[in-house]
Amino acid sequence: MRARKAKEFLIERLIYLCGFISIAFVILIFIFLIKEGGALFKAVGLWDFLAGKEWYPISEPARFGILPLILGSLFVTIGAALISIPIGVASAFYIAEVAPKGLRDVLKSGIELLAAIPSVIIGFIGMITLVPFIKHLFNLPTGLTAISGSITLAFMAMPTIVSVAEDAIVAVPRSYKEGALALGATYWQTIYRVIFPAALPGIIAAVMLGVGRVIGETMAVMMVTGNAAAIPHGLLEPVRTLTATIAAEMGEVVTGSDHYHALFAIGIVLFAITFIINFIADLSLRKVRR
Amino acid sequence: MRISFLITILVVIFGLSIGCASTPQELKGSIQIKGSDTMVNLAQAWAEAFTKKYPNVNIAVTGGGSGTGIASMISGTCDIAISSRTMKEKEISQAKAKGVEPVEHIVARDGIAVVVHPSNPVKNLTIEELRAIFIGERKNWKEVGGKDAKIVILSREVNSGTHVFFKEHILRRGIEKGPEEFAPTALLMPSSQAIADEVAQNSNAIGYYGMGYISPEQKVIAVSKDKALPYLEPTTEAVKKGEYPIARPLFIYTKGAPQGAIAAFMDFVFSQDGQKIVRDIDFVPIK
Repeated sequence: MRARKAKEFLIERLIYLCGFISIAFVILIFIFLIKEGGALFKAVGLWDFLAGKEWYPISEPARFGILPLILGSLFVTIGAALISIPIGVASAFYIAEVAPKGLRDVLKSGIELLAAIPSVIIGFIGMITLVPFIKHLFNLPTGLTAISGSITLAFMAMPTIVSVAEDAIVAVPRSYKEGALALGATYWQTIYRVIFPAALPGIIAAVMLGVGRVIGETMAVMMVTGNAAAIPHGLLEPVRTLTATIAAEMGEVVTGSDHYHALFAIGIVLFAITFIINFIADLSLRKVRR
Repeated sequence: MRISFLITILVVIFGLSIGCASTPQELKGSIQIKGSDTMVNLAQAWAEAFTKKYPNVNIAVTGGGSGTGIASMISGTCDIAISSRTMKEKEISQAKAKGVEPVEHIVARDGIAVVVHPSNPVKNLTIEELRAIFIGERKNWKEVGGKDAKIVILSREVNSGTHVFFKEHILRRGIEKGPEEFAPTALLMPSSQAIADEVAQNSNAIGYYGMGYISPEQKVIAVSKDKALPYLEPTTEAVKKGEYPIARPLFIYTKGAPQGAIAAFMDFVFSQDGQKIVRDIDFVPIK
């Protein structure tokens, strides 16, 4: 009896420790980012960093303005959201409400399979097929543009959006649907006026998680967006994203240089953006549970 | 995507030195080589030929850019840095602060080819025209004798020695700390191969890479220092004679004077066989 209690106690503590460790890692990463990135602001002002229009990290004197990079990430993300949210949410409704049982399983596993494709492969396919196509379609000087990145990333955000949104739709109580139908509403009216509002917080969470994935994505974006650090004026221009900048330049920097600290400072900006997005998603999800 | 960064070539030869007592068999050790993407194929060829002669020496070659190689040599994660530019003063003082005394060796020469799509009618450009194109002063091909189309500038990422060399020698006319920069609209490509691929499929693009990458899918522009001088393509002859205007030495940096396996490797690099490999990979030998 005593041995069993001791075992119970040990396992309990172990699980407690595991939970604590994962939080500790996040906190440690955050502290490390602040420490390495914060050092930049001895050399460059915060405003010059966030609103500076020139990114020439290895010139003398170096210029660390990340406005073009922030806008680059923003443009690619907005484009990807515009493409993936309508398609993703609509297909979640189709799978949850409309599709016959057999088709539903096929579609669900198909979309989960899409999530399993490594991003390099999606980027590579985008580079070979999408980039020349965009160039000819819009008659552009080059196909390496923000919109190529948006389309590529839309493919990556879709699985997250579809599966989380579908769960939210399925979680809407059956009685809502039955009540609406009993009152004489058509199927479409039921979906649009009853189920959609009921599932909305879950759908918002799905969208936010999808968008979070898009902002953090690096490899595919680096391969198709051209990486030019100019202020973009539309989706049909080349852009350089925050993530691609870190990935492309981290290999070269000398530890402890201003450039090194600047890349970590970009990391802080990214961390802040994804934190806000996840926070909104979390709030919405909490609403669903209530 | 940095392909060359990922291609780590491990040449492992199993020594069969039973009863053999000649010197090449006895030399043991391992050498880490890292740096310039321009030189990575060259270093790999050297490593393969060298390990055939010295089967008990392991050599690993990694790309990533000249800056990457120099930074890793300073931080101690590689033994030899291959570089397509000289070390900056800042890097030398950083190395000394960490107790590393870098020694420079010129091992080959390279011409930087300026390339366009084969359908582009432009054949010749002066250094001054190149400068105007790459800093974004001339934005349309018709301003340099081509058709009416926007110029798409392709450059390497900032960790590339070729990027730094081109900026300092073309954009800044040789003044190392001049004010000129690549136009912000320049697309920064992660590798020389990526530049070659984009030039091959984009009729408005202009890019640059080491002459080892020249292929029929891109058209090489003949370059001249001045309108009055002849326009030259980056051939072995023109680079060797110093006539081709965008040429540079290629370097190997070692920590202190080379010793042991590294000394044997450097001797091999400078030997007739080593320099023949330079010619085979389409660079220009130093002798």
